[in-house]
Amino acid sequence: MALTIDIFLLLFLIATAIGILRTRHLFAMAMMFGLYSLLVASLFLLMDAPDVAFTEAAVGTGIATVLMLATLAATRRSSEKPRQRFSPSALIITLSTTALLFYGTLDLPNFGDPQAPLHTEMAGRFIEQGQQDTGVPNLVTAVLASYRGFDTLGEVTVVFTAGVGVLLLLKRRRKPVVRGKSHAR
Amino acid sequence: MTIFLYVIGFSILVTMALALARALAGPTVFDRILAVNMFGTKAVLLVAVVAFISGRTDVLDIALLYSLLNFVGVAAALRLVERGSFYATERVHVKTKPGEKL
Repeated sequence: MALTIDIFLLLFLIATAIGILRTRHLFAMAMMFGLYSLLVASLFLLMDAPDVAFTEAAVGTGIATVLMLATLAATRRSSEKPRQRFSPSALIITLSTTALLFYGTLDLPNFGDPQAPLHTEMAGRFIEQGQQDTGVPNLVTAVLASYRGFDTLGEVTVVFTAGVGVLLLLKRRRKPVVRGKSHAR
Repeated sequence: MTIFLYVIGFSILVTMALALARALAGPTVFDRILAVNMFGTKAVLLVAVVAFISGRTDVLDIALLYSLLNFVGVAAALRLVERGSFYATERVHVKTKPGEKL
């Protein structure tokens, strides 16, 4: 049953993506992106990752859609006619990137494989050696902050950059000073 | 009982497909909003059915979150349709040169 639902949801995902590509109506596009994100969140849920599904639903379906719609309401509508030219180099680049990514997944263990090295070797080592290795009492914190330290550093950098960007955008500009009448406030 | 849940799940999937078709085709903005809302509702039901089939009833919390987000999203979309410069019918494509303003 789970496989059937997976197949159905993936088909819906493809249909939504093609619909987003083909529409020229920005409002419809924003709504369809919300739908797409809901489908992705449902797929995450079926893959036993409720926390990721939670985040995806809250950010993708909720905030991102509302922000896109608010932007559309605040800006003026204009659009350029897209080029319909077929570009073989773009096709080649896309196909080769896809092939490379598929080639990269060949080395990975299958999804949910109990014989994966993560379950046979690493989990036990984290539990037994984690405290001596890192000196952090909490196991989750030890994995996040020490074993996966570079990954966490990258995430923190992304969040920091996004925060700085939002603050710069939202900063209220000072009123322009009229000559001779500088208000001290 | 499980067969019953399977039938329900399958019919929900069919309903989702119909709602998706309306969201893709929908000539007016309101068709699309309604279709997206309906798709979200069906996603909530599907998550609930999957939770009962697999026995992981804690997933029902996610279904609650989906319904909440669905409500907020549709309310926001309708407010913005009212306030922004959208129209109920899709406008004909206006051709502009790069850099030219409408």
